[in-house]
Amino acid sequence: MTGLMLPGEDGALYPRDRSWHPPGLTPGYKSSTFRAPKHALLSLGATASELSGPTFGHSLINPLDNDLIRNFSQDGSEAIGQRLIIYGQVLDENARAVPNTLVEFWQANAGGRYRHKREAYLAPLDPNFGGCGRAITDANGFYSFRTIKPGAYPWPNGGNDWRPAHIHFSVFGHAFAQRLITQMYFEGDPMIWQCPIVGSVPDKAGIEQLIARLDRHNTTPMDALAYRFDIVLRGRRSTMFENKLEGN
Amino acid sequence: MLNPLPRLKETPSQTGGPYVHIGLTPNFAGIAGVYDTDPGATMLTPETKGQRITIAGRLIDGSGAPLTDAVVEIWQADADGRYAGAMSHAANAGPAFLGWGRQPSNGEGIFSFETIKPGPVPGPDGKPMAPHVVLWIVARGINIGLQTRLYFADEAEANGTDYVLTRIPDIRRRASLIAPRDDSGPVPRYMLDIHLQGDRETVFFDV
Ligand SMILES: [Fe+3]
Repeated sequence: MTGLMLPGEDGALYPRDRSWHPPGLTPGYKSSTFRAPKHALLSLGATASELSGPTFGHSLINPLDNDLIRNFSQDGSEAIGQRLIIYGQVLDENARAVPNTLVEFWQANAGGRYRHKREAYLAPLDPNFGGCGRAITDANGFYSFRTIKPGAYPWPNGGNDWRPAHIHFSVFGHAFAQRLITQMYFEGDPMIWQCPIVGSVPDKAGIEQLIARLDRHNTTPMDALAYRFDIVLRGRRSTMFENKLEGN
Repeated sequence: MLNPLPRLKETPSQTGGPYVHIGLTPNFAGIAGVYDTDPGATMLTPETKGQRITIAGRLIDGSGAPLTDAVVEIWQADADGRYAGAMSHAANAGPAFLGWGRQPSNGEGIFSFETIKPGPVPGPDGKPMAPHVVLWIVARGINIGLQTRLYFADEAEANGTDYVLTRIPDIRRRASLIAPRDDSGPVPRYMLDIHLQGDRETVFFDV
């Protein structure tokens, strides 16, 4: 929980490019209809309350937190499914690594079923798969975890909508205004391009940013395939030539 | 370098989906044994200084229905107006209070934090902002996390000059961020209705 200030990056955050993100209201994704604010967001620029944020020590993390194949095991057996290593680098918009930040992930099991009491899909639960994990990025901004490939699943939106295989991600950064939740997809999956939630992202290049790349170089032979998924958080200006943000 | 342009694009946001509780509050979601406790579930230690309070809210969608599948995070200063954590000019809070909490909304759309009342933090103009808590709300149907603030009704004087509240152009909408105080319990409870749409839509920020 010690303070951490990257050199030269204590200025204002770059404004969030809202046209790169999904708008609040995306009618193809029906749940957004009643949950998207109708007023325009009020732009104020970040104050000290948004430029600061929580940091978490590595002591938060238990050894199995980044191993979804084993972290819910009931009897020592491993989760069923295609074994994967997911890894990547958390960067900011200046292409600088974001070290020591908490990354959390959750997903359905190999059959496409979530371990949740409201889940209605008939695919079976895997008794040894919980579906959540976390990691803290290293000094170079890298995280990694082991899991099984989640299955695609149907969901009640249109008459026959299916989610492509995906993993949900939550990332902190070092300022609360960098807080981000997103989803990761798998290279080569044709269902990516048919999904209303993916389609809420306006730009094809933005969608490409959500697709993890198969990385044969980092596979574990006879064990797990590897996919790389880099995540970019908002960046900050240098204050070298700027007035101080506060107290000036 | 003078004001360099950002070289990369921020990763686009995606909704947390209907099962955000699995990822962020797994013990609440019934997935026991992966984490000892849900992160952010407890904000206080016996050493934390400051007045104990409860901050609660009810999340309501545009049809009047409660959001029962949301996660709310709060970020706040300590009793002396200092932030813990990183990259803040005001970062000096003691280790007894991280100032970050995370709670799920329940079957009635209500979330609740046991915390302390934050002190005033300097605003961009150098004057103190009224005591406040920053909120971040994610759920199914929310494509990008909603950012807002909670202010305290018993700080009327400070609220009247607050850097952010006074910049909300429609004066009537300022009230959407000010939580009334309820003294009927063991500690003061501040409860805010957060409307995602409608006549009483809460003010959300692009920070
Ligand atoms: Fe999902």
